[in-house]
Amino acid sequence: MEWEVVIGLEIHTQLATKSKIFSGAATAYGAEPNTQACAVDLGLPGVLPVLNAEAVRMAIKFGLAVDAEISDRSVFARKNYFYPDLPKGYQISQYELPVVGKGHINIELEDGTEKVIGITRAHLEEDAGKSLHEDFDGETGIDLNRAGTPLLEIVSEPDMRSAKEAVAYMRKIHSLVRYLEICDGNMQEGSFRCDANVSIRPKGQEKFGTRAELKNINSFRNVERAINYEIERQIDVLESGGEVIQETRLYDADKNETRAMRSKEEANDYRYFPDPDLLPLIIEEETIDEIRATLPELPNEKRDRFVNELGLSLYDASVLTSSRELATYFESLLKATGGKDPKQCANWVIGDVSGALNKANLDISESPVSAEQLASVLNRISDNTISGKIAKTVFEALWAGEGKDADEIIESKGLKQVTDTGAIEAMVDEVLANNPDQVQQYRDGKEQLIGFFVGQIMKASKGKANPAQVNELLKKKLNG
Amino acid sequence: MSLDKHDVEKIAHLARLSIQEDDIPHYARDLNNILNLVDQLSAADTNGILPMAHPLDAHQRLRPDTVTEINHREAFQAIAPKTEAGVYLVPKVIE
Repeated sequence: MEWEVVIGLEIHTQLATKSKIFSGAATAYGAEPNTQACAVDLGLPGVLPVLNAEAVRMAIKFGLAVDAEISDRSVFARKNYFYPDLPKGYQISQYELPVVGKGHINIELEDGTEKVIGITRAHLEEDAGKSLHEDFDGETGIDLNRAGTPLLEIVSEPDMRSAKEAVAYMRKIHSLVRYLEICDGNMQEGSFRCDANVSIRPKGQEKFGTRAELKNINSFRNVERAINYEIERQIDVLESGGEVIQETRLYDADKNETRAMRSKEEANDYRYFPDPDLLPLIIEEETIDEIRATLPELPNEKRDRFVNELGLSLYDASVLTSSRELATYFESLLKATGGKDPKQCANWVIGDVSGALNKANLDISESPVSAEQLASVLNRISDNTISGKIAKTVFEALWAGEGKDADEIIESKGLKQVTDTGAIEAMVDEVLANNPDQVQQYRDGKEQLIGFFVGQIMKASKGKANPAQVNELLKKKLNG
Repeated sequence: MSLDKHDVEKIAHLARLSIQEDDIPHYARDLNNILNLVDQLSAADTNGILPMAHPLDAHQRLRPDTVTEINHREAFQAIAPKTEAGVYLVPKVIE
């Protein structure tokens, strides 16, 4: 039987506010346990939540960026459950009336086509604290610093049909929230988390199959692995005559498997009701217009501009705009080289820079060679101080910290290109004189030997001879 | 709709309330009376009426995003049953 996979994602993004969603406690990551948990976060008697204006603005920003309806009136609700890292016994969330309604975002598929993924809603809620199960001798430690950190939960439609599509969507949202500067996107620190709803159905069937909810997925790679594992598991269950049970499953990255969470008969009985401590949130049209005016250029807009105005290929433009930092690096490089050759800048960023970063396992923001430093290299190519080949040597030296810019390295390593015609001519003559047989063969019609001569001359000049001049002189002498 | 013994036990469990077996019929009767009252409300025609999210006819005031709280961990933990190394300790909650 041929199966179709149906995937929907719930992405939790921690909003990059300074203070919590309902209290004035700090949200900075990595503080000493419980030093950023105030009376409101602890749910002590008599406290009242007061909504953070910036969290609301960030939610609206996201909504506008995915072309969603922004609710003029939204309501906070209590989601009730008991767990020690949730001190109040309920999480303040939104249920029936979320701040962001239906929207959509485009993802690129491997074959180069685009697919629209629907966004059902995005709502504001508070994060819970952290339970530490390891170090406390049979007891659980509770750190409530994270309790009350603002989250925007982004719920997609069940529009994805493979693990790859799910990852592409997740990357798109990740890139978007960083462009919008509403979330730092740090997955190790839990700022960007994902749950996946996965089901399968016989191809052609309208009705969805029973889904499992996968939790605890903390990297792009694991999303793909967890979903693929789960698809295989469900196919095995159905093909051996069993039934998929609707349940929550935890992904174990070490074992690469999903397993059912402890079955709780009360699971998902959250008894939502409007939170009497919070009044309805009213968002005026003027507020939305004002926020719309502050939106940065979004990834897809930037990509299209790179294609239409800079003449880059769609592939190059997509890679360069995949993260805001990479796009900024490229744009700084282009600016610092006078905007003359976008394609050359793109090649360096996508090729040499990204290659070296991958090898060193670094992010573009940690690149040892800044856009300005790289620009100094490209500028020396364009004024003929160095060849494209020597430029790679200069780049490697900059990467290794051997100088502050291209000029310093060209100077200290003596890499300046030889453009003196007399000097190049002398080298050409010498190489021709040392290889009379090859000269004869060339003149007898073996023209591919030109590469051999160029190679010998470049070697003799330690790569510093201007290749265009070498070619020209060589041809003149061989043919003349 | 009518609640039976099993429903009462489930509601009590969800609310983490300990109830006496003998009291269950009493709770079931009271809760059913409340539901009957709600049924009467449900009979009213509410077409075109915005559901009320709050009895006050006002809307949410917002707070500027500034850190106004300082660390009071010591005071908070002084009234906690058990703490260690800055964390609150509770009975183990994972299998």
